[in-house]
Amino acid sequence: MSISGKAQIVGIYEHPDRKIANRTLAQLHAEVARGALADAGLTSKDIDGYITDSVAPGLGPMSMVEYLGLEVRYAETTDTGGSSYVNHVAHATQVIMAGKCDVVLITFAGMPRSGLGGSPPAIGSTPESSFELPYRPVTPAQYALAARRHMHEFGTTSEQLAWIKVAASHHAQHNPHAMLRDVVTVEDVLNSRMVADPLHLLDCCVVSDGAGAIIVARPEIARSLKRPGVIVRGAGEAMKYNNGGRVDITTTAAARSGPIAFAEAGVTPADIKYASIYDSFTITVLLQLEDLGFCEKGEGGKFVADGNLISGVGKLPFNTDGGGLCNNHPNNRGGATKVFETVRQLRGEAHPAVQVPNCDIALVQGMGMSLSTRHNCGTLIMEAI
Amino acid sequence: MAEDYTPASPVRDPDNAPFFDALRDGKLLIKTCNACNEAFFYPRALCPFCLSESTWVEASGDGEIYSYTQVATRAGSYVLALVTLAEGPTLMTNVMTGAPEALAVGQRVRAQFIPTTGDEKLPVFVPG
Repeated sequence: MSISGKAQIVGIYEHPDRKIANRTLAQLHAEVARGALADAGLTSKDIDGYITDSVAPGLGPMSMVEYLGLEVRYAETTDTGGSSYVNHVAHATQVIMAGKCDVVLITFAGMPRSGLGGSPPAIGSTPESSFELPYRPVTPAQYALAARRHMHEFGTTSEQLAWIKVAASHHAQHNPHAMLRDVVTVEDVLNSRMVADPLHLLDCCVVSDGAGAIIVARPEIARSLKRPGVIVRGAGEAMKYNNGGRVDITTTAAARSGPIAFAEAGVTPADIKYASIYDSFTITVLLQLEDLGFCEKGEGGKFVADGNLISGVGKLPFNTDGGGLCNNHPNNRGGATKVFETVRQLRGEAHPAVQVPNCDIALVQGMGMSLSTRHNCGTLIMEAI
Repeated sequence: MAEDYTPASPVRDPDNAPFFDALRDGKLLIKTCNACNEAFFYPRALCPFCLSESTWVEASGDGEIYSYTQVATRAGSYVLALVTLAEGPTLMTNVMTGAPEALAVGQRVRAQFIPTTGDEKLPVFVPG
């Protein structure tokens, strides 16, 4: 049974600030819930399903359901790191098509710049932790391992990776909320300090506070609202991990989540007019573009070079809000921002300088946790009304 | 410049205790499945490929670099790496070297066991 057309995103709200002070996490959840309800033209009384992440205060979703005053028939806290909110849209669609809910609210919030973003894992807290954490596998280093290996296997260059940042910066200049709005060059990226070689500072995403909300509704309800809905056409989820030591870090879980989503939607990469691609690091984008089938494995470097990801210039406009590389990476979990900009593109409400003409089918790609140990990928295919 | 750093101690539990016991005796252990005969790492009671019982076996300590990165810190730098053991499985580790610029994917390395901030030792690798 396909989820295609069984639900629509009818409201979104992205907190405009990248550093947030004098708020609790619960306050932020409520503010963005109100924002998304206003965007949809709904009230909190219309919500009968709720999804959040493990960062939200309280046991699972329970404290937040009470704080928001919701009366829900379904509530859950799937947490797959940065891809959580991409998967939340899929899960909301599934419970709607199962007849369990009519309108599902998704919220998240985090303030890592103020120390309110969840705790780092402790050695001994997971079965693998004693075999990894003493070596200090900091996040940039994990992605650097993948970049180095991809360079070794396929000849990918730092210049090619830098083009991903260059493209994001071209888009971010038009976003007044973006943390980094200066257009950068390949040379700027290569001249930035090395964080974990071969990744430079400008190969890395920003660290930002943030919060947001998404509302998913049954099509009959979506049609009764004034704003254009965005149709969920397909969804895929997959996990990849070190697999008992059979390590392969040049292919991501998107190689499995992507085909599931494309098949469900009945489209191919050639049909995608706009793509939100999770961009914790430049290499994150390159690997997922290959694995989703936008180019052959190993050809990602050539695919992203020379502005091919820049709206109005290249063949595959990506992350037209500036992405995690320039705009924001709320609470080190950027999946919801990938949904937000896709909804804007499909509504025709992206900034005019980056709006993709006749944008009818778009892709959302999320990645959570860490590429060189274990990660989750979520893929959504979305269509304009 | 390689930093002067003592790694945090692993935490012993019923699943991993034989691994850390062996490190104290200068031995690197991995696991092999009793049913499918696959070697695996990180070690755990049941085989991740078929959930059968498994047996501890001593690894040679020889391996080669699958990938590596020199990580900058305020105190210098360290090398995070994935090393493929001669027995097959690839594990996360640090490569200890005064010349990280000379490292390469595919380079041969061998295990050493270094002290940590606690009671346990930690397997790392050195070139050669």
